[in-house]
Amino acid sequence: MRRLTWFNATSLTLGFAFLYLPMLILIVYSFNESKLVTVWAGFSTKWYGTLVQNEAFLDAAVVTLKVAVTSSTIATVLGTMAALVLVRAGRFPGRTLFSGMIYAPLVMPEVITGLSLLLLFIGIGLDRGILTIILAHTTFSMAFVAVVVSSRLMSFDRSLEEAALDLGCSAFDAFRLVTLPIIAPAVISGWLLAFTLSLDDLVIASFTAGPSATTLPIKIWSSIRLGVSPEINALSTIMIGIVAVGVITASLVTKRASLRQQAEERAAAQQV
Amino acid sequence: MGQTVFEPWNDPDEKPLIQFKNVTKRFGDFTAIDNQTFDIYEKEFFALLGPSGCGKTTMMRMLAGFEAPTEGTILLGGQDIAPIPPNKRAVNMMFQSYALFPHLSVWDNIAFGLKRDRMSKDAIAARVEEMLTLTRLTQFARRKPHQISGGQRQRVALARSLAKAPKLLLLDEPMGALDAKLRQATQFELMDIQEKTGTTFVIVTHDQEEAMTVASRVAVMDEGRIVQADTPARIYENPSTTYVADFIGDVTIITGRASPAGEGYEVHYAEAAAPIYSAFDIDLAEGETCHLALRPEKVSITAERPADRRNAVQGTIIDIAYLGNLSTYHVEIEGGQMVKAQAANTRRLSRRDFTWEDTVWLSWTDTAAVLLRE
Ligand SMILES: Nc1ncnc2c1ncn2[C@@H]1O[C@H](COP(=O)(O)OP(=O)(O)O)[C@@H](O)[C@H]1O
Ligand SMILES: [Mg+2]
Repeated sequence: MRRLTWFNATSLTLGFAFLYLPMLILIVYSFNESKLVTVWAGFSTKWYGTLVQNEAFLDAAVVTLKVAVTSSTIATVLGTMAALVLVRAGRFPGRTLFSGMIYAPLVMPEVITGLSLLLLFIGIGLDRGILTIILAHTTFSMAFVAVVVSSRLMSFDRSLEEAALDLGCSAFDAFRLVTLPIIAPAVISGWLLAFTLSLDDLVIASFTAGPSATTLPIKIWSSIRLGVSPEINALSTIMIGIVAVGVITASLVTKRASLRQQAEERAAAQQV
Repeated sequence: MGQTVFEPWNDPDEKPLIQFKNVTKRFGDFTAIDNQTFDIYEKEFFALLGPSGCGKTTMMRMLAGFEAPTEGTILLGGQDIAPIPPNKRAVNMMFQSYALFPHLSVWDNIAFGLKRDRMSKDAIAARVEEMLTLTRLTQFARRKPHQISGGQRQRVALARSLAKAPKLLLLDEPMGALDAKLRQATQFELMDIQEKTGTTFVIVTHDQEEAMTVASRVAVMDEGRIVQADTPARIYENPSTTYVADFIGDVTIITGRASPAGEGYEVHYAEAAAPIYSAFDIDLAEGETCHLALRPEKVSITAERPADRRNAVQGTIIDIAYLGNLSTYHVEIEGGQMVKAQAANTRRLSRRDFTWEDTVWLSWTDTAAVLLRE
């Protein structure tokens, strides 16, 4: 191990402070006794208590979860299908256009995506509510899934599918029994990405949400305009907690799987 | 010998299992298979031999259904196979890259094809065990492909393709990663399987010895074309071109001009040298350029000129390759032509008759050298 130099230590500290200080402050103030956000008046968990009784927040949380789960699942199915076509189909008329278009939502300003979806929903007379948010989130997150899955498919060995066909699988069975299990990690991370994108989306949701359904980010945003409350801090702390647990678990699982594989490969190499 | 010879290609009543009819395969501008017409018969062990990139794998992939011919048709049992998808063909292929399913254990890899046939669980288990025993993989059944060695992976791929006992089995370099002993055992195993199940094999190999051992016919390929398809013995003894002669086994090629003499031809290969005589059945014009293909083991090496042979030349030993049981002598004869001669090492190395720089006589019979037009 090389020792940390003075310069490295400083940049490390500064970097992490920059990243995590705001969140740290938020977490600290969520345990503040005082109703005034900026004045510390001792430790308390009472805001977590009031939060649980705030029905508006709870409703919004339920809507957010429903939207996130549904839209990311649909986006994963559609995105994976799009990725398959992108990577697999040979040349067909408009292929370049199609592959360019699938990436467009990644770079499109959210305001524009939101606005165009809003116009569409009004145009076809769809009442804004949970359904429209789901559709909107599916639309933009499937592009992310397509990108993640297609980069995995590029390195996928086609002869595995051919072997499955050769052994008597239908094309669908070959996908279900061979391709899907092998690309599953990419599909799962695509789903996770779509899920998080949906969880924290504010802009597109604001365009497509209606009076019947509000998501948590919208709720937080609108209540902040009336002033920051310790309740919001508490809510945000919970969200940070959930995300942190998710990310850490995912990375631990991946790391352990890769360590195990390395160990097995070493063992195999030794007894050749 | 009372035994009938297995030579269905000489029997006009025999119906071929596979027929290639003017098959051409192009990838863009590149012609991988060039207008090929040939037959493969049931229960044959048809070996494709040729340098890397000559189209062997492409040939296999067309039979398995992963590539369609650009032109021409392939018939399997008299039926055009073009409209039949790979999963409906009674053909199994062992891939050059093995293509093992990484997420499945060795056992499940082998069982994969059987499960598609809706066999009973017990029947599948029995068949898998049989394959595991055959390929000596029983103790690795629960391992994943990345937990076993290269040679073991190759055996899994072989077992997986054998498991369904297909009518036609395509093996793309099936034994490249096996050590000599296991390779030999597997070769005999394949021949045994063929005897038991009557499977027809098309096998790609780089190893000519392997092709000679297992094949009923060997097809030597060059740049998308089969140059010669014949029994191993005929390929070796009667190659049709110098390319084939050179590809199979060791050979000396002497180029010269032919002039008819008696039953055969005299070949003039150097100004001052006496011509070489070959009584070989071929039609050559006076003065036509031709090639003599001479196998080293058919050339005797002696200190004195043998009295009874028409073909005898004097030369100097330039190099000796010691192969244990045999030694190959590289002898330079008149005109700078190198000729290889092989002799059995009947005596110990220290008591060898000839050594470097020795002047020796090389001789061979009238029928030893094969005359070739190209
Ligand atoms: N899908 C493909 N696209 C373009 N060229 C190909 C393709 N498959 C094979 N080829 C070319 O065809 C030739 C024959 O390939 P292959 O049949 O794999 O040779 P072999 O198995 O004899 O080594 C090679 O030159 C290879 O580059
Ligand atoms: Mg090949």
